[in-house]
Amino acid sequence: MSFKDSYDIIVVGGGPAGCMAAYAAAKENVSVLLLEKDRDIGSPVRCAEAVGKDGLEKILEDNINPRWIAATIKKFQFVAPDGTVIFPQVPMTGYVLHRKLFDFDLGLLAANSGAKIVTKAYVNYLIFENDRISGVHVRINGVQHIIKSNIIIGADGVESRVGRWAGIDTTVHMKDMETCAQMTLANLPLDDDTCVFYFSQKRFPGGYGWVFPKGNKTANVGLGISGDRARSDSASARLESFVHDHFPDASILNKTVGGVPCANRLPKISSEGILLVGDAALQANPISGGGIATGMTAGKIAGNIAASAIKSDNISADFLKRYEKEWDTACGNAQKRYYRLKEGIRKLSDEQLNKTAHVLKDIPQKKQTLVKIFQTALIKQPGLLVDIMKTLNPFS
Amino acid sequence: MILLHDNKCDFCGTCVGVCPENCIDLGEAELNIDHQICTMCYKCVWICPVEALFAEKVK
Ligand SMILES: Cc1cc2nc3c(=O)[nH]c(=O)nc-3n(C[C@H](O)[C@H](O)[C@H](O)COP(=O)(O)OP(=O)(O)OC[C@H]3O[C@@H](n4cnc5c(N)ncnc54)[C@H](O)[C@@H]3O)c2cc1C
Ligand code: SF4
Ligand code: SF4
Repeated sequence: MSFKDSYDIIVVGGGPAGCMAAYAAAKENVSVLLLEKDRDIGSPVRCAEAVGKDGLEKILEDNINPRWIAATIKKFQFVAPDGTVIFPQVPMTGYVLHRKLFDFDLGLLAANSGAKIVTKAYVNYLIFENDRISGVHVRINGVQHIIKSNIIIGADGVESRVGRWAGIDTTVHMKDMETCAQMTLANLPLDDDTCVFYFSQKRFPGGYGWVFPKGNKTANVGLGISGDRARSDSASARLESFVHDHFPDASILNKTVGGVPCANRLPKISSEGILLVGDAALQANPISGGGIATGMTAGKIAGNIAASAIKSDNISADFLKRYEKEWDTACGNAQKRYYRLKEGIRKLSDEQLNKTAHVLKDIPQKKQTLVKIFQTALIKQPGLLVDIMKTLNPFS
Repeated sequence: MILLHDNKCDFCGTCVGVCPENCIDLGEAELNIDHQICTMCYKCVWICPVEALFAEKVK
């Protein structure tokens, strides 16, 4: 396999954020290298694969390939700790993706636009010259190499170290890391157009359980719990008992684990010669944990700005800060609002959740809007309502 | 010393994200902790979704 010893831009990590960054930059005719430590772009998948249709269409300018879509979601159910079910009216369509195919095609998009992709390439440190970042140390097929570049885009996911090597503190606080486990189950009796969310501080402390259908009687069934409440039982132990109780007859086709940063907007996500995108910049929606769309959005913006920095021969921290500004307009400001809201939701006890469900159960389904649900749930914390009113919906 | 049950680890990277010392090195299917830097804060042990990490006293 051949690669040059220097590129304008090096992207570390070939997830959705990194592939979009490489694509956006390569389209602008600068030289781009994407390094991915795994042997494949697109696997392993550590994701429940849900994404909003409108958001995805906007990011990909309507180029949605039907082969990515496992199920189209029109309805939602929330299950309270005591089992009471409510039917929130969320005016949106969602997709459950086949992320293996989806991520692969995003890699293809980047490669076909001119980005060079190298897999089995593990970046293990940055190169500095006169205190400036000037490239990466990377192990490719077991051999250590030095590759130079003017700009690094850190898209290395939840396990990101690139930012920290560059002096940007991206360490995730325990309470802001959702530790998750998921199984893909088969032979389930399901509605293929409905995503189900389970809430219970006892079973899913600081998080939730999910059942996201994937067609053909299969679904991603998983849970996430807040890291500061994970000491007694791990996510996978909790999932074993959840599946045992709810789906004893299902077959388990796949098991995976992972973490999602559900954090506030970091004070800093760029610096001279470096931009961080996706989970590496803690950009997932802090309430839902959704990070596909936000990561792709950030990747697209960062790729564009990095390319214009190269073209205008200005990679200063000041110039690259344009990325942060555009990110805030697109998602960063919303992230701050969602984070405040999450802090309020975290405090709800199972008793409050049950009460909320009982009140809502008695109003007509059509009126069970998300705003109404939060209004009822947070009746004792009215300050948060202002935030909620500004919040369109938490599943973007 | 923090040690790893190799057969339990899924190489998901969650521990790396919370490690305050940035001392966990995770390749495609290989995890190493720099014991010189590790402060034994236990965050990685507690966050791991599959209980793959554990602490052992060294004599
Ligand atoms: C259980 C679970 C369920 C989830 N469900 C959803 C959901 O339903 N909807 C949603 O929108 N989001 C969901 N998420 C979050 C979503 O998966 C992530 O936010 C998303 O994948 C982030 O994309 P990314 O490109 O930033 O990072 P990643 O997809 O993690 O990609 C990072 C890439 O960088 C590579 N890498 C890391 N370090 C290096 C290195 N040093 N050198 C080279 N390569 C490196 C990794 O191998 C990886 O391929 C879920 C997450 C989990 C764990
Ligand atoms: S969190 Fe656990 S499973 Fe994930 S990489 Fe660390 S030790 Fe392995
Ligand atoms: S114990 Fe703390 S410092 Fe040591 S590896 Fe784990 S998280 Fe890092």
